Amino acid sequence: MTLHPMIAALRRHKAGVVLIALQIALTLAIVCNAVFIIGQRIQRVNRPTGLDESNLFLVSQQWVGAPSGDDPASVDKLDSMQQADLAALRSLPDVASVAPINSLPLLNSSWNGSVALQPGKDLRAGNARTTYYFSDEQVLSTLGLHLVAGRAFTAADVQHQAMHDQRGPSIVIMTKALADKLFPKGDALGKVIYLNGDAAPTTIVGLVERMQVPGVGSWTNSFTWNATLAPTRLNANFSRYAIRAKPGRLAAAMHAATPALYATNPMRVLDDDSVKSFADIRAEAYRADVGMAILMGVVCLILLAVTAAGIVGLTSFWVGQRHRQIGVRRALGARKVDILHYFQMENLVIASVGAVIGLLLAIGLNLLLMKHFEMDRLPVIYVLTGIVVVLALGQGAVFVPARRASNVPPVTATRAV
Amino acid sequence: MFAYYFQLGLRSLRRNPVLTALMVMAIGFGVAASMITYSVFRAVSGNPIPDKSAQLYTALVDNRGPQYNDQGEPPEALSYTDATALIKAHKAAHQTLFYEVAPSVLPEGSQSVPFTANGYATNADFFGMFEVPFEYGGAWHAGDDDGRAAVAVISHELNQQLFGGADSVGREVMLDRHAYRIVGVTAHWDPQPRFYDLFSGNGFADPVQLYVPFNRAIDMQIDTAGRNNCGGIPSYGVGREGWLHGECVWIPVWVELPTRADAEHYREFLTGYAAEQRRAGRFNWAPNVRLRDVANWLEQERVVPPESRISLMVALGFFVICLVNTIGLLLAKFMRRAPEIGVRRALGAPRREIYQQFLIEAGTVGLAGGVLGLLLTAIGILGVGLIFDPGIARLAHLDLSLVALTLLVAIVATVLAAFYPTWRAAQVQPAWQLKSN
Repeated sequence: MTLHPMIAALRRHKAGVVLIALQIALTLAIVCNAVFIIGQRIQRVNRPTGLDESNLFLVSQQWVGAPSGDDPASVDKLDSMQQADLAALRSLPDVASVAPINSLPLLNSSWNGSVALQPGKDLRAGNARTTYYFSDEQVLSTLGLHLVAGRAFTAADVQHQAMHDQRGPSIVIMTKALADKLFPKGDALGKVIYLNGDAAPTTIVGLVERMQVPGVGSWTNSFTWNATLAPTRLNANFSRYAIRAKPGRLAAAMHAATPALYATNPMRVLDDDSVKSFADIRAEAYRADVGMAILMGVVCLILLAVTAAGIVGLTSFWVGQRHRQIGVRRALGARKVDILHYFQMENLVIASVGAVIGLLLAIGLNLLLMKHFEMDRLPVIYVLTGIVVVLALGQGAVFVPARRASNVPPVTATRAV
Repeated sequence: MFAYYFQLGLRSLRRNPVLTALMVMAIGFGVAASMITYSVFRAVSGNPIPDKSAQLYTALVDNRGPQYNDQGEPPEALSYTDATALIKAHKAAHQTLFYEVAPSVLPEGSQSVPFTANGYATNADFFGMFEVPFEYGGAWHAGDDDGRAAVAVISHELNQQLFGGADSVGREVMLDRHAYRIVGVTAHWDPQPRFYDLFSGNGFADPVQLYVPFNRAIDMQIDTAGRNNCGGIPSYGVGREGWLHGECVWIPVWVELPTRADAEHYREFLTGYAAEQRRAGRFNWAPNVRLRDVANWLEQERVVPPESRISLMVALGFFVICLVNTIGLLLAKFMRRAPEIGVRRALGAPRREIYQQFLIEAGTVGLAGGVLGLLLTAIGILGVGLIFDPGIARLAHLDLSLVALTLLVAIVATVLAAFYPTWRAAQVQPAWQLKSN
């Protein structure tokens, strides 16, 4: 089959050709970028926090009328209240371990600072920003963190201090990601560092494989895996407890936590939001990402359907218009399959032109998104897959009207209309 | 003639049911996607205080030095030292400072269960500057700020919860087990976005429940429940006092400056203040201050979430594709009727009549698409909570203006899309059509 007569015929339907090509081009541009956005969001949502997330939940509570000062007596009082809570929670039958903690990965509340190799220096610009988790000796087992070097905290390491007390800890455990940034040779264990531009030294006693920072906003992108654990109970008029339930006993442990705390001290705020499973924390943190992926997915599906419908509509119209010519071709000896191929080929030519324009549009749209929305560069594979999809879509859509065309009987040539 | 053509248009909807259904669905989906995302965008990008947005400014002073700043911008709030100094200087018509507090509230009665309420520790100017409406009573007086009085303003919602909506002025509310005398109850007040507290990321937070005097809250050592940004600076002092008088920023300051000249004067004052701090040895860098009005601040803080912009863009792109699709389908629909057009033209109908007939017919297609779009929009807005943050999703709603806009956009867009197919229809040569028949 030669293309020449086909192109000559297309010239007589410029408007329809332009419309189909344009539609395919725009569809390709939007679908490529939308699928790319979906892919990125899914990747973000699926990245592991470094925690063993099953059987883990968090209790956040506030004491009513707790001392607010930072004199030693008030701080000690707050700490004894916290210790009483910890003891009550740890004695629950369905609880495996409990750690007091200021925040958790994916929880939108964080304490951030910087780590340096010299005293009085701030290395924020050098990617040594970090988030701090203040907890005690049960933190590794409770969160299910994987210690890759050094040791865990012991009960003797654990200090307590008021929320706004700026003393740094004398020892810390940090993530491997942060340690590798500070000590590229991989010999971080036992080294001395200085936190937040402080003059007092801090020793690295352990490394954990992975632990995410609490924030999920783009402002944390430069230090997503830079976490530092301090053996410190923070004392304030509120507290948070990370609790690991025994396997399969999550619901029971969550149910038992509130009464146990009330029994210890009823003067506190503990409501429906206070006890949250880690699964819920995760779902809340990534709500916007999952929503965006769903929205893009729905838009893509409808878009492809609309484009396919448009091709069916216009090709049907052409088939109707060319009824007689098809009859003439058939009468002159063309087989059914020739007619079918003619329409399929025609669609392929138009769709290819559309795909080339769409390729340029897709890249243009991606550049626009990169400029305004911190998007990454669209990998070529997305565009190539997109081209294959729109070409296949065109072929699928054209099949029904093309088959109808191939069924036009030769006798039509002899009829007036 | 309009009524007749409209009737013809309605009839022709039934003539090619498949083609028509395709068009109506394309327009319906396109317009619904655009309207759903637009309703969210409209909610997040609105002006929260239209009549005063050009007179309210947030004042920022760089108290850390260039090496700690992001792209030269000073921190997004002030330290206690700077905030209180600016309020004391009293260089603007009105000035306020605040920080977020979340005290426990103990309702009256022996069986009551305490709960946490969110609010602000602020000064008397806050209420007038931000046009807080009152249901009962009013703001506390400037004297209460200086006198560190234990007074509180509570919201309509909290008043409902604590006192069943009765006039509670003069009664007491227990915050963190300390009694505060209620001086005012606000009417429902929830400007969106909450422009004044973007520092703590409260742009779309739940409505504020209470307000207490700033000085009182500091005396009572009530901690900030909002953001406290120490930005990696070396630590200062020890304990709460050290933190309070250190360089951590946690207090937004707003000033009201009625004219441009006032704003210029205030900017000079701010620069002068920073220069003075430099002379005093507290800062060792050139004054770096900002005075941003509401619109500028919303822009700077990127309060419109990127999700909202991207989804609006994608939805509009989707709508354009639907329209391109509609052009093609209308072309097919109209050109099928070439013989009919030929007969009308041969019988003396001018081209103008053909234009009218087909544009009105396209309008009816648009109307049908608009009605479908309206249905889909209504369903979609119910589902917005699945896609956007709940704080933002609650702002999206279907009101009369959105209904009108949906129908209008559907009809206008379809009529515009019909111009080319109609032009082709009007070009039909009567002689040629008659001959081929």
